[in-house]
Amino acid sequence: MTATVAVSVVPERPAALAGMPRLPWTWAAAGLFALVICCAVGVLVGPIHIGVGAVLQALVGGQVDPGQANILWSLRFPRVVLGVLVGGTLAVSGAAYQGVFRNPLADPYLLGAAAGANLGATLAIAFAPGTSILAVNIVPLAAFVGAGAAVAGAYALGRSVTGLRSATGLILAGVAIAAFFNSIQSYVQQTQTASIRQVYSWILGRLVTAGWDDVLLILPYVILSAAAIFVHRRLLDALTLGEDEVTSLGIPVRRVRLIVVVAATLGTAAVVAVAGTIAFVGIIVPHAIRLLIGRSYRVVIPLSMLFGAAFLVLADAGARTVVAPAELPIGVITAFLGAPFFIAVMRSTRAAAL
Amino acid sequence: MRMHQPGASAKLAFRLFAVAFVSVFLVASCGGTPTSSTSAPPSHFPVSITEPGGATVTIAHQPHRVVSLSPSATEMLFAIGAGSQVIAVDDQSNFPANAPTTKLSGFTPNIEAIAAYTPDLVVAAEDTGSLVHGMQALNVPILLEPAAKNLDDSYLQIKQLGLATGHSAQADSLVASMRSQVGALVASVSKPARQLKVYHELDNTFYSVTSATFIGQAYKLLGLTNIADAATAATPDYPQLSPEFIVSSNPDLIVLADTKCCQQDLNSVAARPGWRAIAAVKSGHVVGVDDDIASRWGPRIVDFMRAVASQVKQIERAA
Repeated sequence: MTATVAVSVVPERPAALAGMPRLPWTWAAAGLFALVICCAVGVLVGPIHIGVGAVLQALVGGQVDPGQANILWSLRFPRVVLGVLVGGTLAVSGAAYQGVFRNPLADPYLLGAAAGANLGATLAIAFAPGTSILAVNIVPLAAFVGAGAAVAGAYALGRSVTGLRSATGLILAGVAIAAFFNSIQSYVQQTQTASIRQVYSWILGRLVTAGWDDVLLILPYVILSAAAIFVHRRLLDALTLGEDEVTSLGIPVRRVRLIVVVAATLGTAAVVAVAGTIAFVGIIVPHAIRLLIGRSYRVVIPLSMLFGAAFLVLADAGARTVVAPAELPIGVITAFLGAPFFIAVMRSTRAAAL
Repeated sequence: MRMHQPGASAKLAFRLFAVAFVSVFLVASCGGTPTSSTSAPPSHFPVSITEPGGATVTIAHQPHRVVSLSPSATEMLFAIGAGSQVIAVDDQSNFPANAPTTKLSGFTPNIEAIAAYTPDLVVAAEDTGSLVHGMQALNVPILLEPAAKNLDDSYLQIKQLGLATGHSAQADSLVASMRSQVGALVASVSKPARQLKVYHELDNTFYSVTSATFIGQAYKLLGLTNIADAATAATPDYPQLSPEFIVSSNPDLIVLADTKCCQQDLNSVAARPGWRAIAAVKSGHVVGVDDDIASRWGPRIVDFMRAVASQVKQIERAA
């Protein structure tokens, strides 16, 4: 649905944007290289040592110790692939939100997706544990629905208040919806203390999941979302010119905003559903690319996919090795690295503004 | 799409909110109506008890209006015959069935709600939300019996509750009976030819327990090796284990203490990616236990140990 609408809305490239930089192929290659290296690290490290030889043998279908093959195929490979999907989606959704709202602090959870997902997951964990709908566990379903409902609510509220004349109304609506959903979530958690540990581990995020099932579950949404945002990367560049100027160029700002928000929300809701609310990836990855490589969304969008995926796979390798054989929630690692970086971003944007 | 008459709807919303708020309050107060209690045989009061935490609590008269905010303490109080003196227990205290469960919370205690029962003794597991300070301000003796680390802690708490409620003789005989049952169970598990490995699961995100915990001590007594002990360096008591570590540790026995919270059983465990390779799953030695029994330190620990011991004997017989 999103993809067809997305394609139809792309107008002829406005002349004003002709001078915006394209993605340098060296950086594209560097991004791919980083992703491959991080995936290799992700596959090779873990609480159980499995040598390079065994991993290569397993990949080409050779003779491997059945215990090691089991761990690789059932647990480690799906986890790395899931890291790629989740990291890439969060980073690209964050970049898209920052573009649409022209707000450097925007992340994929800006319009309440995290609060909605947390509430949905908490309700499912507390009141319907172990239930499945059409063979899919109810927790990711509830999280997906919650995230979508929160963003839809924020969008409707923002529209009713400001008529979408400015992005600020939408952001404030998102803040209000998030606060409201968070309060309900806290209340449910408070009254259902038996499920507190599960809820806690869900909120901090983890890639410890149902293996390939989760990968297949989110793959369609992730592809659709990434494709829609990728197609709009030039229009995101156009939006940086300012709303009035862009409108005068004949670009339907509100429609672009709606499509990009829907696409980013779809992807975010899908990955949050299986991995919980992983913090900061959506902020630090796009900003690192802007600082180091370039501000054009033709650079930021594709590279966010590659570096976001690489970063999360690496963070997850840390999550399962730093305190092995115990696990750290992956959100702890992304935020631990993310917070100092965030400060650096704020300092540098202030320096640029002055 | 403007909102019409914002002032009017705000007023209506406020009125609805006020009505809802007041009704909740009324319902809560009705719940606080005290019930009468029968008296137990007299004992030697006043008594002074030194809590596990080091503080000394003096109880002047035999209490007849006991409020328990700890599910473990509730189970102990009823097991030593002090149940009739208990007028209210917290929302998590669901055993025994005749315990007077209320909305009171031991996690976020509300001093006024507790005071509404006019207790003459409050028993709790932890001092959260200035509970101790609040009760002392109201001149209500409060006894803290924190999470036990081993069976001896548990025995001590049972005896202290016996002393505090005037049921010392029953407390002593309960402890003696628990000791002899545990001793018999430990003896019944003959020294195995090889060390059996156990994985204890608290929930389906793989939180587990090490031997430093009360439940971990029970496994140790039964001669089992706990795979979670490998994680002690990072998390001394309740580590969240990596699934690949659990699979490669290949435990002989899996104990699911997440049958109520997360509806786990042999089938759901076998359906997890990679878990079919585990010895316990292959042989079907995946046993579900009551989540509550496995997270408390009351007299029912004996039932838990009996269930585990019977699994151990089955595994040894099959070997």
